Amino acid sequence: MEKLEHVHGSIVAIPVNDIDTDQIIPARFLKVTDKEGLGKAAFCDWRYLEDGETPNPEFILNNPAYQDAAVLVAGDNFGCGSSREHAPWALLGAGFKAVVSTDFADIFRNNALKNGLLPIVVDADTQQQLFSLADEEPSTTVSVDVEAQTLTLPDGRAVSFPLDGFSKYCLLNGVDQLGYLLALDSEVADFEARNPQRIVTNA
Amino acid sequence: MTSNGNARTLFEKVWDAHTVREQTDDTPAVLYIDLHLVHEVTSPQAFSMLRERGLSVRRPDQTIGTMDHSTPTTPRNELGIIPVADALAAKQLDVFTQNCGDFGIPMYALGDAHQGIVHVIGPEKGLTQPGMTIVCGDSHTSTHGAFGALAFGIGTSEVGHVLATQTLLQNKPQTMAVNVEGRLSDGVTAKDIILAIIAKIGIGGGTGYVFEYRGEAIRSLSMEGRMTVCNMSIEGGARAGMVAPDDTTFEYISGRKHAPSGADWDAALAKWRALPTDEGADYDKEITIRADELIPMITYGTNPGMGMPITASVPAPADEPDYNRKIALDKALTYMDLAPGQKLLGMAIDVVFIGSCTNSRISDLRQAAEFVKGRKVADNVRMMVVPGSQQVKQQAESEGLDAVFKAAGAEWREAGCSMCIAMNGDQLLPGQYAVSTSNRNFEGRQGKGGRTFLASPLTAAASAIAGVVTDPREMAASSL
Ligand code: SF4
Repeated sequence: MEKLEHVHGSIVAIPVNDIDTDQIIPARFLKVTDKEGLGKAAFCDWRYLEDGETPNPEFILNNPAYQDAAVLVAGDNFGCGSSREHAPWALLGAGFKAVVSTDFADIFRNNALKNGLLPIVVDADTQQQLFSLADEEPSTTVSVDVEAQTLTLPDGRAVSFPLDGFSKYCLLNGVDQLGYLLALDSEVADFEARNPQRIVTNA
Repeated sequence: MTSNGNARTLFEKVWDAHTVREQTDDTPAVLYIDLHLVHEVTSPQAFSMLRERGLSVRRPDQTIGTMDHSTPTTPRNELGIIPVADALAAKQLDVFTQNCGDFGIPMYALGDAHQGIVHVIGPEKGLTQPGMTIVCGDSHTSTHGAFGALAFGIGTSEVGHVLATQTLLQNKPQTMAVNVEGRLSDGVTAKDIILAIIAKIGIGGGTGYVFEYRGEAIRSLSMEGRMTVCNMSIEGGARAGMVAPDDTTFEYISGRKHAPSGADWDAALAKWRALPTDEGADYDKEITIRADELIPMITYGTNPGMGMPITASVPAPADEPDYNRKIALDKALTYMDLAPGQKLLGMAIDVVFIGSCTNSRISDLRQAAEFVKGRKVADNVRMMVVPGSQQVKQQAESEGLDAVFKAAGAEWREAGCSMCIAMNGDQLLPGQYAVSTSNRNFEGRQGKGGRTFLASPLTAAASAIAGVVTDPREMAASSL
């Protein structure tokens, strides 16, 4: 995972509540065995017309003014539904570095953090302010400081957001969590020695 | 505060027993995983990561694989093989076979007599047992909580973590008691209970919580009914849902392939009986619904929280005070092509899907067959019946249920996820309406442009016969 210390970029808003991972990436794109090329399938059924190829001119991500957006601002409860990690892979592939919402589904938040996509929880007023800014001025940019846990709006207001210490450490240092777990090998072995195996799948 | 300081909930007991390292301010807890279920769709990138780093699977003997999501459910050919027409799916299945083989993981391949949906085969084989921690790269892993296990879905990175270390980093969730008091009336099922709970709390209402389902209605459910309830915990935002194990649980497990036997059984039973929540233990939150007030439920919108009693009318966005929710409802009704105030009862449908890890077990198929027996599926309806596993399929065939469905004009398929996820050839066409026993009615979930009404197997079967959305209480079970 690459280090993520700052995000500085323009925003785009999809002001829809409960965007589920089937919308972020429909299941028919999950037949892959790697992570490549998922960016073009992000929001596929909203982004393309019935033929699956022609961009839907009504959909905000197809508006040329928002092509470079790095921060997605979404409605409440973003990322609910399926556990597919293809959702953050697709969002990263589409150029996003952070998603802002009032809350995130648990599994999505976990998956995002493990891939360096930052889920930023803000209050409803800030969310609405960002919706309006994105709508009125496509070149609106925001800055995110991971260390300080702040999202700074164009008016200079810095909004703090929660981030657990461990995820923050991993983001700032570009390390993944597996290394931490692998280092606990002897503790896990002790646990296994103390606790009888509950199931043997190959018996 | 608890009246009894040492009193613990079922969840806390299972959590504590699996904590390798306690949670601190700086690090999440490290949780030991007893059973890891893997399938073809969310595992390939995890296995690639193991290869890149030269790691092995720590406990292949606590891991098991099955093929389910991208597998076709079309009939076998003359050689007894289920052909895979989709080249990408075929490659994904090959990669899975290779991965399980290389890393020593036992696996049920497509067509094997024990293959099936991952959440159907775990319990069926007796792999799912009380007090365990169980994970899978699939959000409906919550199903296994019906046995008093702590079971939840994980992402592909975490699949890699568990493969390599048999542990997971987890922040401790909060607990919510979900009390379901009273008894269900005739024609009302476990599916209606969980749809009613989600309609009440909303699809984000359980975020950060583990549910424990309690109360008379839950105790009276069969294991299969409890699995249906726990299955959809994630649709309320909760990663896990649990039911305290009792005699119903033990009876279900006894004699299954991986169930303990002899002296091991007695020892296991003693441990399992100590699992239920202690008197005086506290939950972070508690909600109650009355089972005796429930009638069959159905969804009208594009998430599982948009559900209502089947006799009700579609709500109006104008009546929704919250702006974001008003927009969401309006968007949902546009997608579903429904008008505010409209009744779903009597609406013509195109497809009935009976299947998925929510409702594809033998009791679900028996319930559906009761309506279908000796009748015909309406001309305007395509009815698909997809058993959850090859074992369910065999059992149903030995009871003659396949003949009942086929005689009615329904399709009797091979086991798999099928039209629940529409990545295996089984899907709705744009604009079609389906009554489905699956768990998600998201836009396009059952096929691009398809429109899903989630309901129980009884409602689905009655609707297939009538050709319109039908209250199963209004249609007598077949007297044949
Ligand atoms: S049946 Fe549906 S919900 Fe269940 S595991 Fe398969 S795709 Fe997921």
